[in-house]
Amino acid sequence: MSDDWQSYVRRMEEHAAASGLKFHPVDFEAVPDSFMMEIAVYGLPVRMPHWSFGVRYIYQLIQRHMGHSRLFEVVFPGNPGHAYLAESNGLAENILVTAHVLGHADFSHNNLLFRRCQEQVSERIVEHAANHARQIQAAIETHGAQRVEATLDAALALEQHVDIDQQLRRQRYPEYAEDPKVLADDSFRRRFAALEPAAASAGLEVRKRAPVPPHPERDLLWFVANYAPEMESWERDIFLAVREESFYFYPVFATQIMNEGWASYWHARLLREADFVPQQAYLDAIKCHSDVVRPVAAEQQVSLSINPYHLGFAMWEKIVERDGLEKARHIMEQDDDFGFVRNYLTRELAEELDLFRYSARSDGQIKVLDAELTSLHEALLAPKYNFGAPSVSAAHVRNDGTLELLHDTTVDGRGLDLERSRKVLDYLQKVWRRPIILTTANQAGSTLELTAP
Amino acid sequence: MSEGDGRRGEKAGAAKWYELFSRGARDWLRHDEKVREAVRANLPEIIAGADVINNGARTVRVPVRMLEHYHFRLRRSEESQGAGQGKAKPGDVFSDPSRQQGPGEKGSGGREEGEVQLLLEFKVDDIVDWLWEEMQLPNLKARIGPSEETDWVREGWDRHGARSRLDRRRSFKEMVKRRGNPGATPNFIDEDLRYRQLARRRQPAVHAVVFFMLDVSGSMSDRDRKLAKTFFFWVVQGLRREYRSLETVFVAHTTEAWEFNEPDFFKVSGSGGTVASTGLLKVREIIDARYNPGRSNIYLFYASDGDNSVSDAQDARTALSSIAADACFTGYVEVSSGLSRQLATETGKIFAELTDAGCAAGSYALNEFDDVWGAVRHFFTAESNAGEAARSGEPAPPAGSSP
Repeated sequence: MSDDWQSYVRRMEEHAAASGLKFHPVDFEAVPDSFMMEIAVYGLPVRMPHWSFGVRYIYQLIQRHMGHSRLFEVVFPGNPGHAYLAESNGLAENILVTAHVLGHADFSHNNLLFRRCQEQVSERIVEHAANHARQIQAAIETHGAQRVEATLDAALALEQHVDIDQQLRRQRYPEYAEDPKVLADDSFRRRFAALEPAAASAGLEVRKRAPVPPHPERDLLWFVANYAPEMESWERDIFLAVREESFYFYPVFATQIMNEGWASYWHARLLREADFVPQQAYLDAIKCHSDVVRPVAAEQQVSLSINPYHLGFAMWEKIVERDGLEKARHIMEQDDDFGFVRNYLTRELAEELDLFRYSARSDGQIKVLDAELTSLHEALLAPKYNFGAPSVSAAHVRNDGTLELLHDTTVDGRGLDLERSRKVLDYLQKVWRRPIILTTANQAGSTLELTAP
Repeated sequence: MSEGDGRRGEKAGAAKWYELFSRGARDWLRHDEKVREAVRANLPEIIAGADVINNGARTVRVPVRMLEHYHFRLRRSEESQGAGQGKAKPGDVFSDPSRQQGPGEKGSGGREEGEVQLLLEFKVDDIVDWLWEEMQLPNLKARIGPSEETDWVREGWDRHGARSRLDRRRSFKEMVKRRGNPGATPNFIDEDLRYRQLARRRQPAVHAVVFFMLDVSGSMSDRDRKLAKTFFFWVVQGLRREYRSLETVFVAHTTEAWEFNEPDFFKVSGSGGTVASTGLLKVREIIDARYNPGRSNIYLFYASDGDNSVSDAQDARTALSSIAADACFTGYVEVSSGLSRQLATETGKIFAELTDAGCAAGSYALNEFDDVWGAVRHFFTAESNAGEAARSGEPAPPAGSSP
């Protein structure tokens, strides 16, 4: 493959800007497939070492050998953004991918969730992550691979347990509880104070220490890093590094349908409207496009999952067609997948796309349910709540340092997988270093406590 | 975006950082290491599995699952909802075998990603080393001391010798010592040169011969023989650690006895009754013909279901005690396929008498593959105690029967 595609990059960028896309500059780089695969595994070009990535790597390797997955591009938002294209892409594929990347760049530059997270994390997540990897390498050299691995076991096990509504650099809780009753400044108080000034003011001096945490805390990575009784500072740094990366990953996770749909909508449109793409390349690119945005199941087949590219693309097409581009841009800026699906996946579209809701029993039997729209929305969105993790929060730290974790079974509808939870507690106990108690529900729905050690 | 163009130009040519090493492979290797550690921690259970031993190979293959990095997850519910796409009407029912849970595994892994099984290969020597550490098995004590053989060993240096035995490092040191002055150019003179010397030294060479005697009568099932095989395999490994030269002799018997070579031995299946004395006499015969009890350490391990014919008891007793008198250790494993007779059999009794009489002997009831390690541990601890006692001239403590 020659570098022909690079000559199209500039023209595509101009074309995109003329079509109303607003984005930071993007660095394009063609990289070998092996590196593409690693980016897909780690989520970032350079990331901390951990054996769990090795497991994902092997799965990815197997999938690739079976010809299941092919990666055309990976793009990282930022200023400048970084786009990695697979070296094995053909010219047509690369032209398409360039347009696709610009769609993503527009999305991440304008979507509020992305913007908020980038304000927190900065626009240089790629560099930050590389820095974390370096720090952790240094920690390995100072403290030994085993201790660092134990810390990463715990931190990465909790990677979804952050509260992105909080600041990335979050203040500790106030040390003292606020005095609940502010004394009314009435005539009685004034006369009382005049009687015995010392007594009156002494009463105000008594302040109560606030309990830790003052409210159930779901930002577990932050909480552990700040309130673990015997954690070392380099361990806290590792927790906070993982948390920062989670802040970066959250918008990618929570806008997947919108974001992929938006990029697919724009690569199709930019290509269609571009006058500089040779005919043959255009045809090849459109064929590639239809591979990307096609439903998981071919015609007349039934699939139990939905291709987010396909769903997002279809929804954006509908929205632009019905409400115009300006409105679509507005939605793109404001929403995440939750709002997007609930507001704009209409009954007509769901029927047109043959979407359905099903229930699967553990014996493998699958039953198609009635096509009720709200339930369909929820079935689509259910895996996305709370960063895809059960809602576990830190409820209390006892005087002896015992950590009480609470799983909200009413929100999640059922208890935790006990075997896995125990393992997670074991990881966490190695950094918390005091007992940990996790309250959840058993099969029958009654309260159950897991403890470590 | 000229900046991007510029960077592209500049980067071309030089090797990219990401081509230098694969982080995925690095983390995969760490995973591999962890699996090996986990396997090592559970070695006895895993290795005792029936099919791990390939004949003659010095490696053992262990199937393992990929490790999972655990996260909080909801328990699997009986029924879960999802969204799909395609021409399906409400009420349609499909079945998806990939979502089915196997009867044995409860709710773990399975559906998330296609289950991948790894086949790890371990060196038998490594495993035996680990086990010795893990189980803290006492080293075996040879009853017959080292025979005296001589061998050339390196010993000391001389100023004269064959060119091929010039010790460069040593010569260099001598040169430095002589010169004293660090600044000068190094130059060797004849006095600096040192040659390694060889000397004849007596080397202890301890010989051992292990007799494996297997009952292949009709009552021994395939599984029984497999149990015995697994047990024998690890016994050989254990003894091999201790003896430089170890010979194995395989004897099978029903109502008569034959000697076999190793590959055939485990394939033999016979029919008919059990007359243990035939096997024991065969062993006796081989010892007399080939081995000098004064020169070799003799071990006998006998695996049987214990169903010896009653009329044979006296003959077997005589034959066994004659062997036991010459042997370092005689062990009896009763493979009884889940029958709970545990050593209360004819053969079991004979061995118990032997133990009571103060001979180095032990018995163990082997019912499950998981017990193989218990048996190995049992015999090696018992053997070592017996050896110790025999040397100090006291009667051996009774080697207890199995739990």
